Amino acid sequence: MKIYLDHGATTPVDNEVLKAMKPYFNEKYGNASSVHSFGDEAREALDKSRKVIADTINADPSEIIFTSGGTESNNFAIKEIAFDTKKRHIITTTFEHPAVKSVCKFLEEKLCFKITHLPVGNDGVVKIDDLKKAITEDTFLVTIMHANNEIGTINPIEEIGKICREKRIIFHTDAVQSFGKLNIDVKKMNIDLMSMSAHKIYGPKGIGALYVRKGIKLNPMFQGGSQEFKKRPGTENIPGIVGFAKAAEIANNRMEKDNEKMRELRDILIDGVLDTIPSSALNGSAEKRMTNNANIRFDYVEGESMLMHLNLKGIACSTGSACSSQSLQPSHVLKAIGLSDEQSHGSLRFTLGRQTTKKDINYLLKVLPPIIENLRKMSPLYKCR
Amino acid sequence: MQYSKKVMELFTKPKNVGEIKNADGIGEVGNPSCGDMMSIYIKVGKATTGKNKGKEILKDIKFKTYGCAAAIATSSMITEMAKGKTLEDAEKLSRNDIAEELGGLPPIKMHCSNLAADGLKAAIENYRKNKAKKK
Repeated sequence: MKIYLDHGATTPVDNEVLKAMKPYFNEKYGNASSVHSFGDEAREALDKSRKVIADTINADPSEIIFTSGGTESNNFAIKEIAFDTKKRHIITTTFEHPAVKSVCKFLEEKLCFKITHLPVGNDGVVKIDDLKKAITEDTFLVTIMHANNEIGTINPIEEIGKICREKRIIFHTDAVQSFGKLNIDVKKMNIDLMSMSAHKIYGPKGIGALYVRKGIKLNPMFQGGSQEFKKRPGTENIPGIVGFAKAAEIANNRMEKDNEKMRELRDILIDGVLDTIPSSALNGSAEKRMTNNANIRFDYVEGESMLMHLNLKGIACSTGSACSSQSLQPSHVLKAIGLSDEQSHGSLRFTLGRQTTKKDINYLLKVLPPIIENLRKMSPLYKCR
Repeated sequence: MQYSKKVMELFTKPKNVGEIKNADGIGEVGNPSCGDMMSIYIKVGKATTGKNKGKEILKDIKFKTYGCAAAIATSSMITEMAKGKTLEDAEKLSRNDIAEELGGLPPIKMHCSNLAADGLKAAIENYRKNKAKKK
């Protein structure tokens, strides 16, 4: 039995997506910049895909730039805005993905930008008042993620967008975890820049996009040909782009159905775990939360050992423990919501997907309690209580 | 995480887990905020036979560990390696000895074997202190 509960890390490519991509590897393999019929085929697919992505977020196709994924989109947006302004102040949060966090750190340390990290509180949600207070004359960019990748909490980006627009500050959001799963309307939400990725929504890896609102001046991140409106040179990854568009289309069509099903399963998971395992708790808001995310901490036990035991039982998930990371640092996200290092080490993230069944969740609920119990028996921390 | 067969074996079926009531020495090392913590309990006695006859040896040894798979496996391994050894020989067990017995550890997990070696040393030190107090 193999159960994948790590859809926040990546998802399998949908069969329909794979089918849509296939011809573009060896049949319709033209370069979209070529003027012959082979090029026409590729260009047609490119234009069509761009429109599909744009339509899902109420944007214009000319506002979509294809990139290699979330990390590139975040770097592209934040750096190119920062490099083109005289102002120095950026507002972000304490719990961004490393692809935003590290970019801000780079700008702060190497280029003397000033960064304000808004707290997110125990619920893992940015407070509008904190944002209002942090804005200064010198603020030119606000970069706040839509949904958090570890705890799945959702920020009020529509309100954030409104404030930024009023103050004439550029608003970028990392929507890698929410795109295709939550309704996003870039106009209504006053979003200026938005990062998206395909592999979180049953599309291929290595492809994503950056939404750039008309009127936002963004210099190319690197120099080269005139692809992607001269903003992102390089021969387009047509199979990836086609797959991305197909994945976005499918996600958009079944968004409500998927969310309904996953919310039900997620709640069975959370309630089941909290009811049967003492000294366990949900990390982050239960309400303002992605339907696919359950991040739970277990006192007195360490995450990697839980994860390894679950892995032996065929269940794949992830942990906030330092022992499973290359840095040996506990999760900055869990720290940001007020957890101690010890609590972070003892946290597991389960992220559900389309193919997750009630049977899968029941199996998890059966195997997890004895794993925790055994590890607690072995833990010197447990006896002290 | 790529662990050796031996690490996985001891992680899933660790030997000598638990506490020793009226232990002669207890070593506590690590810190939960760092993700690993270990308590080692030892019972010391004189060897009655063999080349170490009359010398103090580790008659019994048990552990409790909070930590990753590598921390649990190294804890189990050191208790097995140290049991029956003289205090002097047990103290000499290094992190490399433990890692070697385990069929290697991922480089990032080498500090776990350090913890086990330190834990045993701490327990032996604790025993000697207790003994000195009694005199």
